[in-house]
Amino acid sequence: MSDINIKVTDRLGKEHDLLAPTDMNMNLMELCKSYELPVEGVCGGMAMCASCQVYVHTDHHFGERNDDEEAMLDEAYYVEENSRLGCQIHLTTDLDGMHVELAPESP
Amino acid sequence: MIKTDIIIVGAGPVGLFAVFEAGLMKLRCHLIDAIPQAGGQLSEIYPKKPIYDIPGYPSVLAGELVDKLMEQAEPFKPGFTLGERAETIEKQEDGSFIVTTAIGTQHHAPVVMIAGGLGSFEPRKPLIENLGDYENKGVNYIVKDPEQYEGQEIVISGGGDSALDWAVYFAERNGFVHLVHRSDRFRAHKDSVGKAYELEDAGKLKMYTFSEVKALEGNQELERVVIENKTEKTTIDTKLWFPLFGLSPKLGPIGDWGLEIEKNAIVVDTFDYQTNRPGIFAVGDVNTYPGKLKLILCGFHEATLAVQTAYKIINPDKKFTLKYTTVQGVQGFE
Repeated sequence: MSDINIKVTDRLGKEHDLLAPTDMNMNLMELCKSYELPVEGVCGGMAMCASCQVYVHTDHHFGERNDDEEAMLDEAYYVEENSRLGCQIHLTTDLDGMHVELAPESP
Repeated sequence: MIKTDIIIVGAGPVGLFAVFEAGLMKLRCHLIDAIPQAGGQLSEIYPKKPIYDIPGYPSVLAGELVDKLMEQAEPFKPGFTLGERAETIEKQEDGSFIVTTAIGTQHHAPVVMIAGGLGSFEPRKPLIENLGDYENKGVNYIVKDPEQYEGQEIVISGGGDSALDWAVYFAERNGFVHLVHRSDRFRAHKDSVGKAYELEDAGKLKMYTFSEVKALEGNQELERVVIENKTEKTTIDTKLWFPLFGLSPKLGPIGDWGLEIEKNAIVVDTFDYQTNRPGIFAVGDVNTYPGKLKLILCGFHEATLAVQTAYKIINPDKKFTLKYTTVQGVQGFE
């Protein structure tokens, strides 16, 4: 079994401990939705809406932002240095212990 | 007043297919959509993306699917009110409805089918305090009738195709364009970006990268726009600012139509996808029920079943027998 633990702080400041599979080709946005956290995922994970934006609070390494993600974050609200799109973060064993925070919803 | 059998709110794939199914039962439809073209999310967000789960199509580009659905609906001569958001719905004494759009276009029908998807696409607005003071008084989120803006000095913000295409358009027509973007990477097509830089070299356009419009000034109408980057502020005298940051869907006025709403979706009865209000149906991504999947193919099925009950509402005295298209063909309207 290769499940990992991911901590997600929601928009009310509450911390959620999620157990995530790494063998289901899942991304962070899908994980949050499966736990019924308020992540819209409007575009279904195509890096076209930024509703899954998170702030990454730990040093875990995953791929750099690709062009689509960069372009989306360029036009999104409340973007910080540590912003990433949840739908572009693929769950692998390297991410065990990661802590992210949901970005505020678009106005 | 536009009169029809079924008013379809939303001209996306499910709304378009509903026209076909309704047409097979000799019911006429008129579609309303907030954006100026049919196709919904497929045309607006991902026209060039392949979809792999449309029955019969191992792979089909979203935009092509919309073309096919338009072709399929064509024999039934649907009417379209595009570029106008459906705002209000009023029930009449006889149980029929009048749906009015944002600019007052009225539609009257015995049945309303809401195929609103994730909601109507609305422009992403910049976070500027006094923005509301200048909306439609210099600040515009869409470019309608571009001729009226030609030859002027204008400011455009954004990094996508919309911003770049319009910047190039106006710069090429005797105007001067200030193009403002938060970074130096553009979502827009490389060719459009290249053209913009060429126009800058030709003195018709100025690029402001790593910049944002931070303030608006003017008495009654927009007169000045303040652009800021990390180190400096630039004030531009202009009467026109187009923040073109793309569109995002919002349920909007449909949320106030007296329907049962759960998590931004309309609750329906899976017998016929009717809402809590008789005569109003909801199909596609906009509805919800136990087991709901937001798939286009599910919307197609829901529309087909909804049309059966719509027929009974519109023709209470007639019996209907299901005739396969292989038997009766498709008899379009004149």
